[in-house]
Amino acid sequence: MSTIDSAEVVRLAGLARIDLTEDEVTRLAGELDVIVQAVATVSEVAGPGVPATSHPIPLTNVFRDDVPGETLDRDEVLSQAPEAEDGKFAVPQILGEDA
Amino acid sequence: MTVTFEDAITRYDPVLGIEVHVELGTRTKMFDDAPSPAGGTEPEGANELVTPVSLGLPGALPVVNGAAVEHAIKIGLALGCQIAETCRFARKNYFYPDIPKNFQTSQYDEPIAFDGHLDVELSDGTVVRVEIERAHMEEDAGKNTHVGGADGRIHGASHSLVDYNRAGVPLVEIVTKPITGVGERAPEVARAYVQTLRDIFRALGVSEARMERGNVRADINVSLRPSPDAPLGTRTETKNVNSFRSIERAVRFEVARQAEVLDGGGTVVQETRHFHEDTGTTSPGRVKSDAEDYRYFPEPDLVPIAPSREWVEEIRASLPELPAARRRRLQAEWGYADAEMRDVVNAGALDLIEATVAAGASPAAARKWWMGELARTAKAQEVALEELPVTPAAIGELQALVDSGRINDKLARQVLEGVLAGEGSPEEVVTARGLEIVSDDGPLLEVIDATLAAQPDIAEKIRGGNLGPMGVIIGAVMKATRGQADAGRVRELVMERVQG
Amino acid sequence: MSDLTRLTAAELAAALTAGEISSVEVTQAHLDRIAAVDGDVHAFLNVDAEGALGEAAAVDAARAAGEELHPLAGVPVAVKDVVVTKGQVTTAGSKILEGWVPPYDATLVTRLRQARMPILGKTNMDEFAMGSSTEHSAYGPTRNPWDLDRIPGGSGGGSAAAVAAYEAPLAIGTDTGGSIRQPAAVTGTVGVKPTYGSVSRYGLIALASSLDQAGPCTRTVLDAGLLHDVIGGHDPRDSTSLPEPAPSYADAARQGAAGDLQGLRVGVVNELGGEGYDPGVRDAFQKALDTMVAAGADVVEVSCPSFSAALAAYYLILPSEASSNLAKFDGMRYGLRVEPSEGPVTAERVMAATRGAGFGDEVKRRIILGTYALSAGYYDAYYGSAQKVRTLIQRDFAAAFEQADVLVSPTTPTTAFPLGSKLEDPLAMYLNDVATIPANLAGVPGLSLPSGLSDDGLPAGIQILAPARQDARLYAVGAALEALLLQQWGGPLLAHAPELAVAR
Repeated sequence: MSTIDSAEVVRLAGLARIDLTEDEVTRLAGELDVIVQAVATVSEVAGPGVPATSHPIPLTNVFRDDVPGETLDRDEVLSQAPEAEDGKFAVPQILGEDA
Repeated sequence: MTVTFEDAITRYDPVLGIEVHVELGTRTKMFDDAPSPAGGTEPEGANELVTPVSLGLPGALPVVNGAAVEHAIKIGLALGCQIAETCRFARKNYFYPDIPKNFQTSQYDEPIAFDGHLDVELSDGTVVRVEIERAHMEEDAGKNTHVGGADGRIHGASHSLVDYNRAGVPLVEIVTKPITGVGERAPEVARAYVQTLRDIFRALGVSEARMERGNVRADINVSLRPSPDAPLGTRTETKNVNSFRSIERAVRFEVARQAEVLDGGGTVVQETRHFHEDTGTTSPGRVKSDAEDYRYFPEPDLVPIAPSREWVEEIRASLPELPAARRRRLQAEWGYADAEMRDVVNAGALDLIEATVAAGASPAAARKWWMGELARTAKAQEVALEELPVTPAAIGELQALVDSGRINDKLARQVLEGVLAGEGSPEEVVTARGLEIVSDDGPLLEVIDATLAAQPDIAEKIRGGNLGPMGVIIGAVMKATRGQADAGRVRELVMERVQG
Repeated sequence: MSDLTRLTAAELAAALTAGEISSVEVTQAHLDRIAAVDGDVHAFLNVDAEGALGEAAAVDAARAAGEELHPLAGVPVAVKDVVVTKGQVTTAGSKILEGWVPPYDATLVTRLRQARMPILGKTNMDEFAMGSSTEHSAYGPTRNPWDLDRIPGGSGGGSAAAVAAYEAPLAIGTDTGGSIRQPAAVTGTVGVKPTYGSVSRYGLIALASSLDQAGPCTRTVLDAGLLHDVIGGHDPRDSTSLPEPAPSYADAARQGAAGDLQGLRVGVVNELGGEGYDPGVRDAFQKALDTMVAAGADVVEVSCPSFSAALAAYYLILPSEASSNLAKFDGMRYGLRVEPSEGPVTAERVMAATRGAGFGDEVKRRIILGTYALSAGYYDAYYGSAQKVRTLIQRDFAAAFEQADVLVSPTTPTTAFPLGSKLEDPLAMYLNDVATIPANLAGVPGLSLPSGLSDDGLPAGIQILAPARQDARLYAVGAALEALLLQQWGGPLLAHAPELAVAR
C-alpha cells in the first residue's frame, strides 16, 4: 500500500495542473495520507470474482439519431471567454507539438 | 545524415505500426447533434458548429450518435474484425486547449472491433497481409492556430486561437499489429496500406476519406532490429504525415535516421516525431513525460454499447462490394491476366474500363483503348486518364463502329483524334471527316484495276502464284483510298482481277 | 410579514388556482422574506427579483386569460447554484466560475420554466458540491435557520436553509453522497434523492457522474412529490436517464398521507445507526420507528455488511470522477483566468495558476486524491476495487429488499454542528455522510424527513430507502409517517425553529 508524501503530491498536482504553495503541498500530503490509509481497505473487501459496477442502473445501447440540432450563438459563447479574437478563443502560447 | 535508406535496409529489418484516424461522414458529431464539418456542413466561421456538449461546457452530457456506431461496425467488418459483444467508452485524461473537457472520450480496453486483417496489394502484385489489432471510436479535437510565430507553428508563437468546430467530430482509429517481414518494401507497404484503407472507407460510404483534407490521418511507427529474429527495437511515432507520398518519405527517412543512430552505437529515443513536408525529414515533437499517464477509466456519462448479433449481420449483409473483391470479380469477368489487371489498376483505368464495357465494348477492346492510345495521349498531355475529354460511352461507340466493320483500327484512331479534339461524337467525326470504309466493290475495283495496270510485272507474279508482292498492291490500293478500304476484301478482289 | 411564506407549495398552488392570490403576491412575499433574513442566513448567492416577478406577472396574466396552466404555475422556486441557468450567473459555489453566465438551461430548469415557476435565485453550496456543511463555499457559508452559528448541512445547505427559513416554498438540490438528505435532516425539512437516472443530469455541473442526482428540497413530502413530478422523467440529452415514463409522486404522497402502514415491512439496517450516532439522533429515530409500528408496520433487522466499506469506496469513486469532471476549469474558455506571477505566460502555466487560485482546499484535496486513485499502477487497488465494493453494496441492498419493503436509518449521525468545528479534520467531515452514501453508490432512492428533536433541541431526520425505480414507495411511506408525526406533534417540527430576526 502506497503512501502520499510531498513528492507524490507535487507529481499529482502537476498531472492535475494545479499550482500549490509549499504549505499546501505539506498539508495535503498529511491529509491525503490519512485518507488514503482509510480508503485503502477497499482492495481487501471485494474478492477477485466480484465484477465492477460503473453504472448503478444497467442500461445499454442509448443512441441518438444523426439529425442536426441547434447550435450555440457564437457571440454569446465568446462573451464569456477570458479572451477572444477573430471568433476564436484566445489562449496563451502552448508549448508542445501541433496535434 | 550520411546513411541512406537503401544502405540501412541491408543491415536492419524494419518493423512498422500504423495508426489511421478516419473522420466519419455523419451529419452530426459523435456525442452531440452539432452539424459535423466532416459530414458536409461548411461553417462560415470559427466556433459555429458547437453545442454545450461539443464545447465541453459545465453540465453538458454526451449522447452517442447511432449512425457513427454503425459506420464503425462497417469498418470493423470490412477489415475482417470481430465486433465486440459489449464495449464501453473511456475517458483519456490530459490537458490541451484543443480538447474542451481536457479529456477525450474514446475507447480503451474495450474497442468496438478487434482482430482483423487487411490484404494490401502492392503495385507489382505482391500481397502483404497487415494484421489489424483494433478499431475504436473516439471524438476529434478542435483546431489551434498559432499566432505570432514565424511559420504558424508553435515555436515562437505569442498566443494561440482555438476553434472548436471540429471538436467532437466522430473518428474511428484503426491500429495495426506490428507489420513485419516487409524489408525494403516498408515504405511502399505503409503507403499502400493507407491507400487501401482509404479506398475501403470510400466504398463503404463512411467518409469522404480525403487525406489532404484531414479526413484520413496516419501516424507511422517505425522501429529497426538487426535481423527478423531479433526482438523488436525501440519505435518512434511520426505525425503530420499528410499525403500518401509523405508516408513513403517518412518511412524512408526514419529507417535511415534510426540506422545511423544505431550504427553509431546509440539508442533510438522513444518519442513522437513531426514530419516536415518540405525537407522530407522528421524532428522530435513534444516531450511526453508524464503526460503519458492518461488515467483511463470507463466513461460514466455513457452506457455500454452491446451490438446485437442480428444487427451486426444486418450490417454485414448491407456492406457494398469492397474494392479488392470488386477487382477480383472484374478480372474474372474480363478474363485479364494478373499483370494486365495490375496495369489497369495502377493506371487508374478500372472505373473507365468498367463503364466502357457497360457501354458495349468487349473487355479486351476497352483495355486496348484505355491502356493504349488513350494512355499515351494522357501521358503526352500530362493529365490523368479521367481528365481526357472523352467518355467511356464514346469509346464504346467507337469500338462498335470497328466491330460493325464500318471503320478499321487505323481509321478508328483518326476518329478518336477527332473526338479528343472536340469535333463531336465518333459517329459525327466519321461523317464529318468521311472516314467510313468503302463497302461498295465498284469504286474499289476501279482503283484495283488502275493499280494493277500500273504494276504489270507484279500482276504477272501474282498470276503466277507468287503472292509475296500482294502487299504492295494492297498497300497502294489502301493509300489510294486513304485507308478506307477493307484490306481483306481488297485481297479477294485483286485475286479475282488477276485471274480473270 | 406575509403569511404566504408559511404556506406549503401545495397550499400556494391551490390558492393560485382558485384565484385567491396572485403569483406576483406570492413571489414578492418571498422576495421580501429573502431581503429580511438572508443577510443572516445567506442561503442565496444570487437573487433574480426582476426575472422572478416578470414570470409571476406573466403567469397571472395567462391565468386571467383562461390559459391552461401547470398545477405549480406561479409557485416560486430556488435552484442550487450547481445547476446551469441560461442568462443567470452560475458559480457552483466556486471562485473559478465567478460571474459565469451559461448560454443554456439545464433540462430540469427548462421543465421548471415550462411549468412557469418563477425562479427566485441560486442557492449557496459547498464548492462544486464537495462538502457536508456549505462551509466550503467560496462565497461564505450559509447558516442554519435553527441556530445561525451552526451549519445547515451540505453540500446543498443553501437550498435547505432557504426552505427552512421560509425564503422559498421549494428548492432544487443535488445529492451525490447525501447533499440533499443531510441538509434536510439538520434543518428539519424534507429532501429526496431520486433513483439514479430519474431526474436528468443535463445541466448539472458534474461532481461524480455516476452518483449525482438532482431532487426536491421542501417542507413537506407532498411538496417534494409535486416538484419531483415537474423535474423528473426521461431526457434524451442524458444517456443515463431512465427510459420509462414515471408515475406521479405527488399522487403517491397523497395516497400515503392516510397514514396506513399496515403490513409494511420496514428494515432497520444494522450497519447504519449504531456506534458513532448521537444518542439524541437515535432516540428521535427510534420514536419515529415506533410510530410506524403503531400504524401497522413490521420491523425487521437487516444486515448489509458491505456498507462498512461504503465510505471508503465513495471517497475513491467520487474524487476519481470529479478529478476528470473538473479538468475543464482551466481559464481557457470561461471563468477565471489567472496568469502566473513570474515566468513565461504559457497555456499550461496559466491553467495551473488559474486552478491554484480558483479552487478551494476541499476541491484541491479531492482532485489530487482522485488523480492518485486513477494513476497508472494504482487503478486496480483503488478505483477498480471501489467499483467492486459498489457491486457488493448493490447486492446487499437487493438482499435487504427481499426482506423489507423499505429500509430506514437516521439520516445523519449528528445534528447540526457548529460552524468551523469540523474544518480541521476532513475525515471527520466525511463521516457525516456515512448513512446517506450507500444509496448513491447503489443508485437507489432515499428520502429524509424530520424524525423529531434531538436532546439539544435541534432537528434530526429519518431516512427512508426504497429499491431502485420505486421512488413512489418513498413518497407513500414518507407521507404516511409525516402525517402520523404531524399528528403527534400537533404541527410541523419546523414550527419549533426560532423566529429569525428580520432586517429593517
